[in-house]
Amino acid sequence: MPEREHTSKHYEQQLRELKNKLLLMSHKAEQMISDSIRSLVERRPSLAEEVIGRDDEIDKLEIEVDELCYQILALEQPVAGDLRFIATAMKIVKDIERIGDIAVNIGERATELIQEPELKRLIDLPIMAEAAQKILKESLDAFVNSDAELAKKVIFNDNVLDDLYEQIFRELLTYMLEDPRSISRAIKLIFIAKALERVGDHSANIAEMVVFLVKGQDIRHGTHLDRG
Amino acid sequence: MAEPVKISVSHVNFYYGTNQALHDVSVQIRPQCVTALIGPSGCGKSTFLRALNRMNDLIAGARLEGKVELDGEDIYSDQMDVIHLRRRVGMIFQRSNPFPMSIYDNVAYGVRVNGIAGKRLQLDEIVERTLRAAALWEEVKERLHRSAMSLSGGQQQRLCIARALAVEPEVLLMDEPASALDPISTAKIEELIYNLKQNYTIIVVTHNMQQAARISDETGFFLTGRLVEFNETKRIFTAPANRETEDYITGRFG
Repeated sequence: MPEREHTSKHYEQQLRELKNKLLLMSHKAEQMISDSIRSLVERRPSLAEEVIGRDDEIDKLEIEVDELCYQILALEQPVAGDLRFIATAMKIVKDIERIGDIAVNIGERATELIQEPELKRLIDLPIMAEAAQKILKESLDAFVNSDAELAKKVIFNDNVLDDLYEQIFRELLTYMLEDPRSISRAIKLIFIAKALERVGDHSANIAEMVVFLVKGQDIRHGTHLDRG
Repeated sequence: MAEPVKISVSHVNFYYGTNQALHDVSVQIRPQCVTALIGPSGCGKSTFLRALNRMNDLIAGARLEGKVELDGEDIYSDQMDVIHLRRRVGMIFQRSNPFPMSIYDNVAYGVRVNGIAGKRLQLDEIVERTLRAAALWEEVKERLHRSAMSLSGGQQQRLCIARALAVEPEVLLMDEPASALDPISTAKIEELIYNLKQNYTIIVVTHNMQQAARISDETGFFLTGRLVEFNETKRIFTAPANRETEDYITGRFG
């Protein structure tokens, strides 16, 4: 969405409303990821339950964003930067919604894990959660500020999460080999690590759309990406 | 291999007396393409269009600098036969202007004036062929000798297109050809333009941005007499290179 104001105030208002809804939705998703991990680390089942309950708000916003996009497409026939903004909104809304679902999954596993004794002190998982939240936050900041450079940085940093996942996976594997009674808990922790890794993937998707939004250039699947 | 060029415009300045209407406009118009010219009122797009078949010659004090070439031939040179030029480069106006005569005679008019007249059968054949090309034949074939004034606005405009086609031009210049028509008639004109580009080079001036997006292959954006951006239409309407183009087509203007 270009910074100059639209001649039609009504149109301008609709574009703003769309952006605000996406910001609200992404803020909620960010918070859900953060709280779901906190519920596990601090062993607070009530917080995990609360995170699971918040998913409805995200789903409702997703539908509102979609409706607003269709409405703008039908009534205003956006072109150029406005069109790219709508296309971006329609795609990233799905990524944000999926991030909400991931937080729910983490919350569910946390609820189960809290009922059992702690397998080990969690060290790497909170580090990974922090990294995932950082990447998510940066991708959303890139969207808010139409910052293609930050978006590119997010895309390159995504592999940090892949590496952390590998590390956590290997460590938990040794636990399982040493003591079969740990298998159930270790698998749940691996599941959570995998979920955080997917937050990184969705963040990278959002970042790719931000580059498209700003530059009108499709860099998905490694096309046109200047690695310099 | 270089892209084929039908009309080459280089460094054109245009003046109405002391008032400069075009500033250093250069552009290559490709054959068998629809080129749309957009921009706010008074930006020079109609002046530019009329410069392509020397319609501006008729205006006192009008003066052009620079070069306009049709198939490599300078159309402003002393050797250029302006009547012949306008036969090669036809024009369609905003308000349909059929002559107060029959549908048949409207189409046959240009052919007769240009002395191609010949036999009645041959003329019949030309009238049918051009009315078909203008997507009007089916609607008027039973009443060819009724007055052209009995046609609807959209039909009149297609009749004018048929009249322009009858003298077998190479280029069609259209100045807001559908702006006075209802959506159905507009859609018919747009479909016609789309089909005609197989055989003609078409340049359309339009205020209707969505129309430019629908019908054209390339789009030029004019602003205060300058050609700000000339690009593929799909590029102009998805990711224009120029900020002024972006502001204009998204409605962030003035």
